[in-house]
Amino acid sequence: MNAQGSVFKYPDNVDTDVIIPARYLNSQDAAELARHCMEDIDPDFVNKVKPGDIMVGGWNFGCGSSREHAPLVIKTSGVACVIAKSFARIFYRNAINIGLPILECEAAVDGIQAGDEVAVDFDTGVITNLTRGENYRAQPFPPFIQDIIRAGGLMNSIREKGGNKA
Amino acid sequence: MGMTMTQKILAAHAGLDEVKPGQLINARLDQVLGNDITTPVAINEFEKAGFNSVFDNGRINIVLDHFVPNKDIKSAQQSKQCREFANKYDIINFFDVGKMGIEHALLPEQGIVTAGDCIIGADSHTCTYGAVGAFSTGVGSTDMAAGMATGMAWFKVPAAIRFNLTGKLGPRVSGKDVILHIIGMIGVDGALYKSMEFTGPGVASLSMDDRLCICNMAIEAGAKNGIFPVDQVTVDYLTGRSRREWKVYEADPDAEYEKTIEIDLAAIEPTVSWPHLPENTHTAKESESIAIDQVVIGSCTNGRLEDMQAAYEILKGKTIAPGVRGIIIPGTMQVYKTCLQNGWLEAFIDAGCIVSTPTCGPCLGGYMGILAEGERCISTTNRNFVGRMGHVKSEVYLASPATAAASALTGHITDPREVE
Repeated sequence: MNAQGSVFKYPDNVDTDVIIPARYLNSQDAAELARHCMEDIDPDFVNKVKPGDIMVGGWNFGCGSSREHAPLVIKTSGVACVIAKSFARIFYRNAINIGLPILECEAAVDGIQAGDEVAVDFDTGVITNLTRGENYRAQPFPPFIQDIIRAGGLMNSIREKGGNKA
Repeated sequence: MGMTMTQKILAAHAGLDEVKPGQLINARLDQVLGNDITTPVAINEFEKAGFNSVFDNGRINIVLDHFVPNKDIKSAQQSKQCREFANKYDIINFFDVGKMGIEHALLPEQGIVTAGDCIIGADSHTCTYGAVGAFSTGVGSTDMAAGMATGMAWFKVPAAIRFNLTGKLGPRVSGKDVILHIIGMIGVDGALYKSMEFTGPGVASLSMDDRLCICNMAIEAGAKNGIFPVDQVTVDYLTGRSRREWKVYEADPDAEYEKTIEIDLAAIEPTVSWPHLPENTHTAKESESIAIDQVVIGSCTNGRLEDMQAAYEILKGKTIAPGVRGIIIPGTMQVYKTCLQNGWLEAFIDAGCIVSTPTCGPCLGGYMGILAEGERCISTTNRNFVGRMGHVKSEVYLASPATAAASALTGHITDPREVE
């Protein structure tokens, strides 16, 4: 599995309130919510993002509220992968559970600038910066989490294992 | 190697003798929680996966609190979806308007969460219940859906930071000042993925409301959970309240902590977090030049009885400053009723404040106190991110109920020890 696209870069501590403000959470419609993705810190994001693009953040990406709407709107907006120095733990869980690929890689975040063309190989964890001719290596997921991702998210993985006899 | 209190609870719920930091486990859940924003997403996942039964209808909690009484048609639809699901699966702990409270004020008050429990909630502030000696953490809606179906959740066993509390809080200094002070020290990711374990001789002097407030904001330091040992304060709180037998877990004497941070409670000052991160802490004294337009006293962080009492003691017989809007929100119907019986609501109204039924409303910029461009609010809530309470150019200053009430009287941020 691979991704390639241009980069939207954000600072440390991007919180879920700016990813999708709570004033819109009276809806669960992913397409409708995605129209407001990042609007409080980057109103242009939704007009510029193309399918396959890559979002890059600093430390503690996705901090704050547990709203699963946050990784969901990023995924629905077309972003193929989020790379950050670290992720807030609930966002990390949610991204895995809903099938939004995320990678932790400090060197990549330091090396990549907004607008760079970047390719990601999820099997090897290698991130290639095509604009700058640099490679970075992300930590691979532990096998337990790879199983969830392979199954297409948590609910599918539970069903594969026999669920609650449903 | 010894285990921390959190690790012991997780090991017991995973059916293991021992767990180590970083280990991935599947643990049995004592309670699962969701609210009117996160539960509809969980219901959709639950139904999409084809489940047609819940693991235990007495261990699922659905609390309508964020946008109720419903603020608009869309939020009413979400509440309706929760209501129908609760009816279909006969969810015993379904809390609708009139019975509800803000989830993290309500569940401890009702004795639904207790010592030794392993709890997940589709709300980041689920970490609150560590105050009663439980392992409790926030998750997303898909985890809630899986938890409702199977009664299990996956966890990565956290390492821990120990906070050794000594001394005793001064007058008009509370649990909120303690946790803001700690977040200011370690930063918003200072405890990322980890447990915050509060121990030491200072613990005994902290009330249960202080402990609930401290654990509530563990997530604001990035923590997986916050937890207090079970002591006489806990036992007194749980006795006659806990709906189930509780179990006491204690950290091993040789438990490993990544580090130990010493906190002298007596040295903590009334503390305020400036925009736009909870780690931007200053003393209330240093903040006194900041004029405010609105005061909010309430939320899952500070909507409990002691919080209302702290506000009452400062506001009684006085009036808030001209041009300041005072919004007071008791956290549960029981807190609301006790405030009413004590005459506190009348004092709040006479002081020029409004009193709302329990809701999360303003904390997350939902309704009931949204800020306009350029407005400033001092609030007892938990987050001051960009746009959190309204316009992207509005500002939220986080503080204790005493500091917020004192600031309401003067119209600028005020150290509560400086007012009568």
